[in-house]
Amino acid sequence: MLQHRNSLIATFLAVVSRDVAIAFRHLNEIFHPALFFIITVSLFPLAISPDPMFLQKLAPGIIWVAALLATLLALDGIFHSEYEDGTLELLVLSPHPLSILVIAKVCSHWLITGLPLLLIAMGLGIMLNLPRSAFSAMLLSLLLGTPAMSMIGAIGAALTVGLRKSGVLLALIIIPLYVPVLIFGTSAIQAAALQTNWAGQIYLLAAILILCLTLAPFAIATALRISLN
Amino acid sequence: MGDSYRIIFIHAPSAWMSMFTYVVMAVAGATGLIWRIKLGHAVARACAPLGAVFTFCALVTGALWGKPTWGTYWIWDARLTSELVLLFLYFGYMALISAIEDKRTASRAAALLAVVGLVNIPIIHYSVEWWNTLHQGSTVTRLARPAMDIEMLIPLLIMFAAINFYFIASLFNRVRCELLDQERQTQWVKNLVHKHQMNGQAHG
Repeated sequence: MLQHRNSLIATFLAVVSRDVAIAFRHLNEIFHPALFFIITVSLFPLAISPDPMFLQKLAPGIIWVAALLATLLALDGIFHSEYEDGTLELLVLSPHPLSILVIAKVCSHWLITGLPLLLIAMGLGIMLNLPRSAFSAMLLSLLLGTPAMSMIGAIGAALTVGLRKSGVLLALIIIPLYVPVLIFGTSAIQAAALQTNWAGQIYLLAAILILCLTLAPFAIATALRISLN
Repeated sequence: MGDSYRIIFIHAPSAWMSMFTYVVMAVAGATGLIWRIKLGHAVARACAPLGAVFTFCALVTGALWGKPTWGTYWIWDARLTSELVLLFLYFGYMALISAIEDKRTASRAAALLAVVGLVNIPIIHYSVEWWNTLHQGSTVTRLARPAMDIEMLIPLLIMFAAINFYFIASLFNRVRCELLDQERQTQWVKNLVHKHQMNGQAHG
């Protein structure tokens, strides 16, 4: 039993370190979503207004919508190369539960694409004139929200993995499910910007993340089995 | 309000059916997914367009009702917004079905999506409601309807029954088409088509 558990943890870590190592050898996997995030955010002042007071009001929404789209864009490729080279089938056939292994996949994917967004959001917050009191709320809400979005989005990515053009389809099926995360994430930052209590929103985001961590892996595993037949 | 209150006889049943149909779709899909019953998948696939139409009706009638009551076609009211998200969920389901070529895989993938959506719908609904009260608290009290008069309640209940029967009849029709399409290679369908053609020639 102990042996088995150890080997499960070892496999989990092996999957994570493999994916992170691959990402560090193809740095565009890390940079593309991050660049997309910056470029999308910088469109808003151009499209709406450069007025600092106005931007301050819109900043939470802009940052969250852009982070949501960047996560979604990055998720399109989470299982793709593994599907093409057959690694995915090996993961499905491995003696370890697939639901645990997909947590490893999503974890490493979040480390590669989600974590950089947090660092960039700091800079974007300054550019959008976000009040200083809102920065911790922004970081915390993104820290809890982006992994939840990765988990939910991975269900869609697993369902569409075999399809040739999956990008728009993935967005279509997944964005409606992102609504709660978006609402609580932006309202946490807004509440912090108004210097009111924002703990409630963070608790709700944490609850959503825990729900995603417990239920989504089963859905992702089932979805992968369906896609691979 | 004048005659505009009559919209409620379409609006309320459609809004109810839009959610009910999603539940039927997800349960039927789960039945197909878990016990591998083809009929479950056929029912789930047949539900999707019906549910989308109900949701669309609820949105359009809601907007038309909004014009005389709120003075505008659209406000980001909690119920309208969650109906809109529900419509997106139906569209996502149908998009996934049509994107996957193999029909069996498509049905199973879409069934899983419907189940995930079913788990999410309460969360979406309450988060939207909470978001709405945060941003415009007054509309909620404006929306709270007074206790309904019996003269209005009876036609409303009749409409509820009617739209349910419409749903059942339409669903059965669609499931019949789905099954015929699914079994088109089998002998009994060929016999059926042959018989139908013979009848048609006899009458023609």
